[in-house]
Amino acid sequence: MRFKFFPHTADIKFRSYGETLEEAFENSAYALFSSICEDKVKEKKNVKISVSGNDLSSLLYNFLEELLFLVDSKDFLLSKIKGLKINKKSFKLNCEATGDSGKNYEVYSHIKAVTYNEMFIRKVKDKWIIQIVLDV
Amino acid sequence: MDKNDLKKIKKNIYEFPKSGKMRVPGRIFISEDLFVDDKALDQVKNVAQLPGILKYSIGLTDMHVGYGFPIGGVAAFDIKKGIICPGGIGYDINCSVRLLKTNLTKEDILKKQKEVVEGLYRKIPSGVGRGSPFQINYKELDSLLKGGAKYMVEKGYGIKRDYLYSEEEGCMKDADPSKVSKKAKMRGIGQIGTIGAGNHFLEVQFVEKVFDKKIAKDFGLKVGQVVVMIHCGSRGLGHQVASDYIKLMEEKYGYDGLPDRELINAPIKSKLGKDYFEAMSATANFAFANKQLITHWVREELTNLYGNNTKVEVLYDVCHNIAKIEEYTVDGKKVKVCVHRKGATRSYGKGRKEIPKEYRNSGQPVLIPGSMGTASYVLVGQKKSEEITFGSTVHGAGRVMSRSLAMKNISGSKIKKDLEGLGIKVGSGSEKGLAQEAPEVYKDIDEVVKIVDELGISKKVARMKPLVVIKG
Repeated sequence: MRFKFFPHTADIKFRSYGETLEEAFENSAYALFSSICEDKVKEKKNVKISVSGNDLSSLLYNFLEELLFLVDSKDFLLSKIKGLKINKKSFKLNCEATGDSGKNYEVYSHIKAVTYNEMFIRKVKDKWIIQIVLDV
Repeated sequence: MDKNDLKKIKKNIYEFPKSGKMRVPGRIFISEDLFVDDKALDQVKNVAQLPGILKYSIGLTDMHVGYGFPIGGVAAFDIKKGIICPGGIGYDINCSVRLLKTNLTKEDILKKQKEVVEGLYRKIPSGVGRGSPFQINYKELDSLLKGGAKYMVEKGYGIKRDYLYSEEEGCMKDADPSKVSKKAKMRGIGQIGTIGAGNHFLEVQFVEKVFDKKIAKDFGLKVGQVVVMIHCGSRGLGHQVASDYIKLMEEKYGYDGLPDRELINAPIKSKLGKDYFEAMSATANFAFANKQLITHWVREELTNLYGNNTKVEVLYDVCHNIAKIEEYTVDGKKVKVCVHRKGATRSYGKGRKEIPKEYRNSGQPVLIPGSMGTASYVLVGQKKSEEITFGSTVHGAGRVMSRSLAMKNISGSKIKKDLEGLGIKVGSGSEKGLAQEAPEVYKDIDEVVKIVDELGISKKVARMKPLVVIKG
């Protein structure tokens, strides 16, 4: 399972999972986009993403916020995240996002923002679990 | 914290006394029957811990859980010793409602219901996937952020009366576009004139019932008349401004000692506090301009369908997510405060100079959107709100069911069918989006409005029912 949604009265709450921290981050991006559009998005555009943070939580926040920025400013919908690397000491993240223009798909929700509300990034046994609440 | 821990003060007013780090008590304005989320109550308590908070931390009748502050939360901070908190305003800065009154009747719409839904849906873009045909450059965007609705009118999109009949006359004067980041501007520049998705909508409604004939007459409303309600905000630009300042405040002041990371704040008097206020004001102007352009398009489309004698006038425009500098009497002294309204509406009583002259003997119009397919209301502000809720009242029904649960349990196509069974035509980009905003995920608007009327913080004037719903 890559991610799962949980009930939240006003907003969208999900957990994403991964064998590695990178995979859990990647899956949180897929969860974010599955709350915007359910269609299978084609790989027509490439965008390089490079973000940093003060700790893991802010790195995650900035990563997902960068994706929302692409939605609003470039009408970008995500298909795949490729080559995601995280430097756990300097809290830097690099990856490539592939996707397509939103006008070709049925978009059913707009996400306003990523929030720190109930956010966590945990390693439980051998797995990473991320929890996020999105403001809708 | 749960509802049972609350102390009843009198009918519909509850308190939880000061405890732990709370600087003031919490006040909840709710009936016994309405649902309150325990987490939302905790949030009222958290807000009570913030520096400079005056009298009490308030949760209004439509309250539900937000981040930091609850939605339906109001708090006033001392202008000298207090703070300003982006989480007390929301990511959608100046999410707001504008009501247009027309000279059309319910029958006029019913005759051409299909043309109205198709025409408006075509004309007014939702945002993602359906961008705005309105394109400007960054220099013009700065003028728009400075001038708000007035800027749009000067460019030919509307008439002077439109912005004069708006809260702040459609322009917050402290706006400084240079305090809005390039990134925020990039997110917003292509979205002017778009509604967005989520709970935002445009509805053609008719006045179903008038509760107060005299005030309805002052507002220009009568039974059977058609009105248009626009509910939207500052789109991606506002979301980015909130995110930007949350980060800046975190870097500068940290969140140690705060009960919740989302309550990050800055002293109002500090450089960063002022910068945020000026950026927030510019963002509020973006939302005013946004609704002004939509107003212009609605006017064009209705004139196109019903001829040149069609009148479309702004009744009023109210902010739901905003901070304002206002004056109140606290402990017998007049003080300037920074009121945070998050999912709350200003509710000034009669006589205030901030209200358009035509309405001054009645009070400020308060516009309450219902959930999709249910009633919406026009209320009138009351002096009582200035005494007990820092001049505030509710902003809507308030959610009771999560979006994920709604999508699992409710089918968008069934809702569309149900609404059409009620005679309501729906124009929507997505059926899933419809399910998330189904009427049953909200509190009962009639009950919420009944309570604020009983409390006397705003009074019922008219109730509207939808004929056409446009959603992103």
